[in-house]
Amino acid sequence: MDLLYSVFIDPFVQMAEMPDFLLQVLWEGFVAGVLYALIALGFVLIYKASGVFNFAQGIMVVFAGLTLVGLHEKGVPAYLALVLTIGVMGLLALAVERFVMRPLVNQPDIILLMSTIGLTYFLVGFGEFVFGGEPKQMITQELGLPTGSSAFEIGDGGLLILQHIDIAAAVIALIMVGVLAVFFNKTRIGRALRAVADDHQAALSVGISLNQIWAIVWFAAGIVALTTGIMWGARSDVSFALEIIAFKALPVLILGGFTSIPGAIVGGLIIGVGEKLGEIYWGPLVGGGIESWLAYMIALIFLLFRPQGLFGERIIERV
Amino acid sequence: MLYRESGQYKTSYIADQAIFPIREDRIGMGLIGLAAVCIPFFASDFFLNAIMTPFLILALAAIGLNILTGYAGQLSLGTGAFMGVGAYSCYKLTSIFPDVNIIVLVLASGLFSAAIGVVFGLPSLRIKGLYLAVTTLAAQFFLEWCFIRIPWLYNYNSSGAIEVPERRGFGDVILTGPSASAMTQYFVVLGIVVAITLAVKNIVRGRIGRQWMMIRDMDIAAELMGVRPLTAKLSAFAVSSYLCGVAGAMFIFFYLGAAEPSAFSITLSFQVLFMVILGGLGSLVGSFFGAAFIWGLPIVLRAGLPALGIGIAAETVFHIATMIVGALIIFFLIVEPHGLARLWSLGKEKLRVWPFPYG
Repeated sequence: MDLLYSVFIDPFVQMAEMPDFLLQVLWEGFVAGVLYALIALGFVLIYKASGVFNFAQGIMVVFAGLTLVGLHEKGVPAYLALVLTIGVMGLLALAVERFVMRPLVNQPDIILLMSTIGLTYFLVGFGEFVFGGEPKQMITQELGLPTGSSAFEIGDGGLLILQHIDIAAAVIALIMVGVLAVFFNKTRIGRALRAVADDHQAALSVGISLNQIWAIVWFAAGIVALTTGIMWGARSDVSFALEIIAFKALPVLILGGFTSIPGAIVGGLIIGVGEKLGEIYWGPLVGGGIESWLAYMIALIFLLFRPQGLFGERIIERV
Repeated sequence: MLYRESGQYKTSYIADQAIFPIREDRIGMGLIGLAAVCIPFFASDFFLNAIMTPFLILALAAIGLNILTGYAGQLSLGTGAFMGVGAYSCYKLTSIFPDVNIIVLVLASGLFSAAIGVVFGLPSLRIKGLYLAVTTLAAQFFLEWCFIRIPWLYNYNSSGAIEVPERRGFGDVILTGPSASAMTQYFVVLGIVVAITLAVKNIVRGRIGRQWMMIRDMDIAAELMGVRPLTAKLSAFAVSSYLCGVAGAMFIFFYLGAAEPSAFSITLSFQVLFMVILGGLGSLVGSFFGAAFIWGLPIVLRAGLPALGIGIAAETVFHIATMIVGALIIFFLIVEPHGLARLWSLGKEKLRVWPFPYG
């Protein structure tokens, strides 16, 4: 009985007792969710256009962040460093397309997945070789991002503290999603991208260059990675430990479906908020630290009922 | 000339269905077996301890994953955690039954990981492909968390790590613990790996193995032809996790000697997956090739790079080795997506008609 009470009733009592704390938790979860959604977005972009499950997205986040900070440390002004980093991500996209994707065209999924894990190893080694393994401070202020925080009073005496960088992250993520949506739906290249996503052969036959499209999506994913790197970096440090967050994006992906941009965002928010609520209110029951797997469990249970994810395309199987 | 099956007539079904029906194969295997037995008498302890023993153990883990991914077609990223289950249950078993021979306990600990593997295999009945791969990550992270948060698993010791106790067997030979000799451990591992590999070889060419391959090739068609997906998929998860569990137990007891939960992290899962992919999906000999390649390459690079360039820091060598491993993996996937096992069979084809270009 006690157990049932502490699982099903007590957490909700706690929530009702301290609404300001609940709001704070929800906000933290929302921000984390936005950032998960950003990483998931990078995955979705590449998966949609090439059917490649890009495991290297996490390390691309780290790599972009490190390049930005590393350039600034060398004395390059912050905004110039930003532009140069975008250039580096572009070069990376071209290199990946030329040396990894093009020779592996038409291989089974698992081979492509493995090649991106190989790419991960390469980038880890390369990044550590060039920038060293120590964590670095993100150049938040130099980039003109806000760093303060503001507190709001809620109810009788409760406090809700919002970090400005978190608000900025949410806003930038929203803008990013908006820009991508316009890019996908309204531009010529965006239409070509969707055509490639639908059917490689048909796209080729109407004169769309697969190589060009792939370079573009990897570049777009690189820019998403850079944004994510800046935002996560501002919240903690820029270090190789950030690579772990890529694993956090996977449950987001399966929740939202591999091919859906809105899915990535909704999935990200569900996982972000669910994870924080679970950790704070149910975590102590089992000794805490459940953040590392709770998201997977949510996604797993969810998948049992909807194997294609929230917004994924229906899976049709033929014999 | 050297290698051909023509002229070798079989007069019984038993001879026809032997694992090595060709005489040259049998001779080759005999030579490899002889070499495996002779190595410890010539090699240094370092070579046995740091290269051969872990290579054999990881090859067993790779075979385990190969059953699941290569034969049954279910992609899994949770190998490291299943190895961990084997290691931790073996550790618990040794402290509960201190007098039982450690080899029996190692083999028994696989059963626990098989049971857990079946539980985490249940979603595979509804979820397929990459989605399944991500759900196996749930097993990976959840089990890793258990290794840290459940103190009972490591006997409530303060460090949170498991340390291998000294155990004797076969009279008074020290099998595990810091004072066990490299040669003894090598022979124990060799024996277990060879025995299990032979058993697996027979499973995969038997009824169960053919069911797995049908499920892999097309699950709906297999179901229509009378294969039960439930039993086929779950038996694949069970056998695969059993092998991984035994490999994990040996990894701790005969190689590392002590381990923290981080020894069974996702990195290990990826390493084993690479062994399977580079070795060749659905090939047992490929698992050995893959294990040798992935385990040996960084060691060779770390030993070889300082020889080329003088005075690079050890850290730099490590980074460059990581880079080269990544690049080589991509290179191998491009030139031979079917893995080293395919190169092996191509080599045999060539050898068959040698010295003529074709025959």
